[in-house]
Amino acid sequence: MIGDSLRFTPLQRLLHWVMAMLVLAMLFIGVGMVSTVMPKYLTLVSIHKPLGIAILVLALIRLVVRLRYGTPPLPPDLPEPMKLAAYLSHYALYILMIGMPLIGWAMLSAAAYPVVLYGSVHLPAILPQSDSLHAVLWNAHFYLAFAFFALILMHIAAALFHALVRRDGVFESMASVSTGDKVVPAE
Amino acid sequence: MSQTRRPPPRSVFASLVLIAVVIGGGAAAFAYTAGWLSPQRLTPDKLVDAFTPPTGEPLGHRKNHAKGICFTGTFEANGAGSELSYAQAFTRGQYPVLGRFNLGTPDPNAPDATVRVRGMGLQISTPDGQEWRSAMINAPAFPVSTPQAFYELLLASASKDPNAMKTFAGAHPEIGAFGAWASSGPWTGSYAEERYNGLNSFVFTNSSGAEQTVRWSLLPAAQPVPVSPDELAKRGPSFLEQEITERVRGGPLRWTMVVTVANPGDPSADPSKAWPDDRRTIEVGTLIVQQIEAERDGPCRDINFDPTVLPAGVRTSDDPFPAARSSAYAKSYDRRTAEAKYYPRTATDPKP
Repeated sequence: MIGDSLRFTPLQRLLHWVMAMLVLAMLFIGVGMVSTVMPKYLTLVSIHKPLGIAILVLALIRLVVRLRYGTPPLPPDLPEPMKLAAYLSHYALYILMIGMPLIGWAMLSAAAYPVVLYGSVHLPAILPQSDSLHAVLWNAHFYLAFAFFALILMHIAAALFHALVRRDGVFESMASVSTGDKVVPAE
Repeated sequence: MSQTRRPPPRSVFASLVLIAVVIGGGAAAFAYTAGWLSPQRLTPDKLVDAFTPPTGEPLGHRKNHAKGICFTGTFEANGAGSELSYAQAFTRGQYPVLGRFNLGTPDPNAPDATVRVRGMGLQISTPDGQEWRSAMINAPAFPVSTPQAFYELLLASASKDPNAMKTFAGAHPEIGAFGAWASSGPWTGSYAEERYNGLNSFVFTNSSGAEQTVRWSLLPAAQPVPVSPDELAKRGPSFLEQEITERVRGGPLRWTMVVTVANPGDPSADPSKAWPDDRRTIEVGTLIVQQIEAERDGPCRDINFDPTVLPAGVRTSDDPFPAARSSAYAKSYDRRTAEAKYYPRTATDPKP
């Protein structure tokens, strides 16, 4: 692990911001599509599936990159409960980024729906047909989506708290798009 | 990180307000997208709820077309459809079929003679891994033009107001064609003697990229014999299932699949309007029903005959119904799989 830099690597920052947009779009598409019977339902569903798989692939890449490059250290004066919240919320975010697409894929498999990526490109079923598995996975996909969105709101609140109130460099460790790896000294 | 970089208290308060606004705005946008701020939005839940019979929701069953029986067989494509669509189902050959004869009622115990609409769910699988699902009915036209009107029709027909249906029909004269068929069209004594119409329009794309808007129907080889509803009522509550089981035991049943091609300007977005009789039709193959199986533990039980499960070469058109049906069928499927413990899974299960 190379954890002594003050900022995430450019690749990590790129992955973070691309995935931030994709995951937010995904959650809005998901909650919107199940609320309508209009033709946009089909359009949204047809985006939801390939976008979910794209997020799964990116999240796995991101996990490997994180294991390889690590993360900048949290500020030493950060209170222990906030440190704990930071660790736990990041575990939860990774679990959801990887778990939600897998649950969705498994749910479609258990319902014997074709898993259509685009046109004739289908993914194989990853579970046998099963109404009981479908019911469990559907509930998981539905409720975890709201938990995911709530967690993202907390993540944004915490990021802004670091940026605006604590001003401790945590926000800047991910925020900057410049490729330099040094932050301007604080004093 | 030095304390000197920390902002003064007033700025802290302003920052916290800003954070609250950002988070609150995000939550509000999510709630709006979810429809929580739009009680008027027609959701799949509302549409499915509107089917609930006065006796309560039959748990574990399809929320409409609840009574049915499974079949398996073959679709024998004659190759003529390849001119219209490059889907493999139209390439000359035989493809396995799974289907379901059903009644257009949310009550799984409705006596057969009381249900006007009979339907067929069909799934054709091709070796390229594609599936084509369709759910058709014997009516020659759909009652209404839009999903919203269909929702209002369900509310009107469940209403205690004796004038509700009259008021609805006044506002939706397109129901006339369906109404005429429902009141004076012939009834038959068999699923085998029905013509099943897709009603919704779809777009076929052929191998050179040309697109045509089409509808399809399955025309029975069996000769329809009109029987009065009174006579049918004497045949027992589930005579259709018994009759089709015996009939198929005596030999496979056939339907010809006919694709009708729209002329430019035909009402492709409105399934309540039949296209003129002189439109070009193409016989694309034969459905052969070879075996009947009870639904309780049959292969169609856990299949959602979602009409938007389409092979490449077939796609939805400007008809708004396939999307509405897909969303409502998914909701029905989600509910009934969660209620599976209430469904009688074996022939001897006493559950209703």
